Amino acid sequence: MRRRIGIDVGGTNTDAVLLEEGGWGSSDAGPPRSEDRVVAAVKTPTTADVTTGITRALADLVRQAPPARHATAVMIGTTHFTNAVVQRRDLDRVAAIRIGLPSGASLPPFVDWPEDLARLVRGEVVMLEGGHEFDGRPLVPFDATGMREATRRIRAAGITSVAIASVFSPLNASCEEEAAAILREECPGVAVTLSHRLGRIGLLERENATLLNACLIALARKTTRAFTEALRASGIAAPLYLTQNDGTVMLAEVAETYPVYSFASGPTNSMRGAAFLSKRETVDRHGRSRSVDALVIDVGGTTTDIGSLRHGFPREANNVVEIGGVRTLFRMPDLLSLGLGGGTLAARDPLTIGPTSVGYRLTEQALVFGGDVLTVTDVAVAAGLVDLGDRARVAALPASLVEHALARIRKMIEEGVDRMKTDASDAPLIAVGGGSFLVPPRLAGVSEVINVPHQAVANAVGAAIAQVSGEVDQIFQDLGRDEAIARARRLAEDKAVEAGADRATLNVVEVEDLPLAYLPGNSLRTRVRVVGEIAR
Amino acid sequence: MRPVAADEIESLAIGAWILGTGGGGSPYLALLNMRQLYRKGTVCQLMDASELDDDDLVAVVSNMGAPLVGQERLTDPKTMALAVTMMEEYLGRKFRAVMSLEIGGGNSIQPFMAAAMLDLPVVDADCMGRAFPEAQMTSFAIHDLRMYPLTLADVRDNAVVVARAASWKWMERISRKACVEVGSIASTCKAPRTGKEVKDCAILGSTTKAIGIGRAVQAARRAHRDPIDAVLAQERGVKLFTGKVHDIARRTTEGFLRGTATIEGLDTFRGHRFSLAFQNEWAVGWLDGEPRVMTPDLICVLDTVAGEAIGTETLRYGQRVTVIALPAPPVLLTPKGLEHVGPRAFGYDLDFRSVFG
Repeated sequence: MRRRIGIDVGGTNTDAVLLEEGGWGSSDAGPPRSEDRVVAAVKTPTTADVTTGITRALADLVRQAPPARHATAVMIGTTHFTNAVVQRRDLDRVAAIRIGLPSGASLPPFVDWPEDLARLVRGEVVMLEGGHEFDGRPLVPFDATGMREATRRIRAAGITSVAIASVFSPLNASCEEEAAAILREECPGVAVTLSHRLGRIGLLERENATLLNACLIALARKTTRAFTEALRASGIAAPLYLTQNDGTVMLAEVAETYPVYSFASGPTNSMRGAAFLSKRETVDRHGRSRSVDALVIDVGGTTTDIGSLRHGFPREANNVVEIGGVRTLFRMPDLLSLGLGGGTLAARDPLTIGPTSVGYRLTEQALVFGGDVLTVTDVAVAAGLVDLGDRARVAALPASLVEHALARIRKMIEEGVDRMKTDASDAPLIAVGGGSFLVPPRLAGVSEVINVPHQAVANAVGAAIAQVSGEVDQIFQDLGRDEAIARARRLAEDKAVEAGADRATLNVVEVEDLPLAYLPGNSLRTRVRVVGEIAR
Repeated sequence: MRPVAADEIESLAIGAWILGTGGGGSPYLALLNMRQLYRKGTVCQLMDASELDDDDLVAVVSNMGAPLVGQERLTDPKTMALAVTMMEEYLGRKFRAVMSLEIGGGNSIQPFMAAAMLDLPVVDADCMGRAFPEAQMTSFAIHDLRMYPLTLADVRDNAVVVARAASWKWMERISRKACVEVGSIASTCKAPRTGKEVKDCAILGSTTKAIGIGRAVQAARRAHRDPIDAVLAQERGVKLFTGKVHDIARRTTEGFLRGTATIEGLDTFRGHRFSLAFQNEWAVGWLDGEPRVMTPDLICVLDTVAGEAIGTETLRYGQRVTVIALPAPPVLLTPKGLEHVGPRAFGYDLDFRSVFG
């Protein structure tokens, strides 16, 4: 029987769930289906060293459901690497190699970084001739001699992690590959991050993602190995996977070389888990089941995240995403955050909702818990939406206040939901998170509000159901739209297989094409993403 | 002549992006270049056109190419300066100053990059007063000034001089071809202008204007006031519509990004609908099916809360936007000006009627 353990390591709690295959079939293959069941779920506090929390969560899980020991796979989602960047800790000094001279000489690597972060991460900076044009022609020949000289400087400086970015490498990666080969020859053992593996068109943003990845590699290696040890110590022999921003997984030994891919895996897992728990699926013409398109609202203690699911995966942001003050442009879920959560303050005269929140002190400071602060949770209790604390303590709240506050909350949610929609038609909305009682059962622009079981551990569930993906974002010229998409699809499928997917199970989950201004020959920028099961 | 402070370049980038009227390319990378130069001690000088002698020579500069290519092959002050020095060599004469082709978008900052390298002042002027998609849509073309010669510089020491062209259309075709050949990005120095031509035919004061708009936005943000109101007050503009983007359709034809956007009304505009057509920049706007605003009046679409300009390439469903109109430079409103940049120049069979009466 297929059993998967999903773990979410959040800032406050570490959650773990055991997911078991349901129905009659007992094969180990195939994507998770709605008849798969959550058989156990635990919540423990996150610890400073992360692994202690995981070990505890696993022990609790095994106690609740002993078969957890025989899990076939363990998926961990963590915000550990994002936090390291934001808090400027455990980061390595790296060498930046930019290939593209004579172009871009005036804007070297690290150019728009916050100074405190650049000072920690900036080791050697090398700019070399090479790179490509948008149509694949070489810009100038690659300066292999310069690369060899650079490797000597890198070795002399004792740098152990190198980031390589070449102009238009998403279209032609040969310069980055050649530079990496020289580096491995001259400096064996050095960790190498190549930009074309990480990002899209947009040199500075892609290079930034590459540099962030390079400065996190040692921490990622250390962390994933500690995760593996925690697993072994719990008596679980299953392979370990790490979840990524796009809702898919990589084997831990592959994932530890791409820590930036996990930057936003928390909200992604929550949305994916919500889709799964809603048990809404459609069956495509090949008889494969697919999650339905829906919006997800995750109401926490302080904020609410709203995202959009397409075929069960979060829609990705197309714009620049800042991490720790650094501009990047890569696979991140498109999320709208509102200052609304269970701990959000409701002020009277005039009535305002938030953005201040009592956060995790809700259980001390809210009226229903004996405190003296009016929160939206108190309003919800007074209205009978949820039964928490001592209801008598909010009995005296004027009915008009409760009514107006709820109307205001409804308006915030309706506006946020509407912003995340891609068209004007009504869409289903799945509500998860500790504060999901704030989501009214009927909303403008929403076909139905879906409440799900296990909503408090939706992100651990999202980790447990993850699959493997491949993505291509490229400019195609003089091809019809269908032909360009077909070619992009083949390339994306090759990438997914390389990342560990079973080719026979691959599905296209996202297709996007954007015509470009001022380029000849009907240029089309095409992005295709495919997802499939882990190959066995 | 006066020195331009580093924070004025920041304001210029914000103001120029609004004056880009949906196009013109993001000024971000050009701004990064200026920050680098100012950090090394550069201080650019801004001069009033009145300070030019009639026979002084002024270089009109701009980047040419596809915005997407510009995100990989990053803009560089040296190449920008090279286009200018090439022109000097070709003419056998030195320039007195540089100026911008278009104040809308990234090309507002290109002359500062050239000026920093060449130690020349920047003239407080441009020849569009905004951004436009085509070469003949300039005040110089409206005044029938010569469109050649043109120099085009590539980062690899490839250089092209277009010595003559039979028309603006030919100039566009020949230079565009050369630009595509070197990778769809190049720095260009357009036909040189005399001091007299600049004083008589350029759109004067546009750099100061863009800096002023940027400053107004920054001040409003700092004071938590509405940045859009600040822009309207600064430029005596008109708020046309506030709403939510309901639909956006884009296609490329003849190398241009064309399409339409529909906005559904919110607040006082609830129940109404605004449609916008664009060719790289916003061209015409209809309120409930009736033409409400049209080029050359400046049509700007701004984020309703942040006041940031939104481009035709990045507008998307659900965004809360406010459409405003700013007055166009008078030269664009003359019968001759309207031939070049009025609604019919963009294929709309409409008689121009300004929002500003």
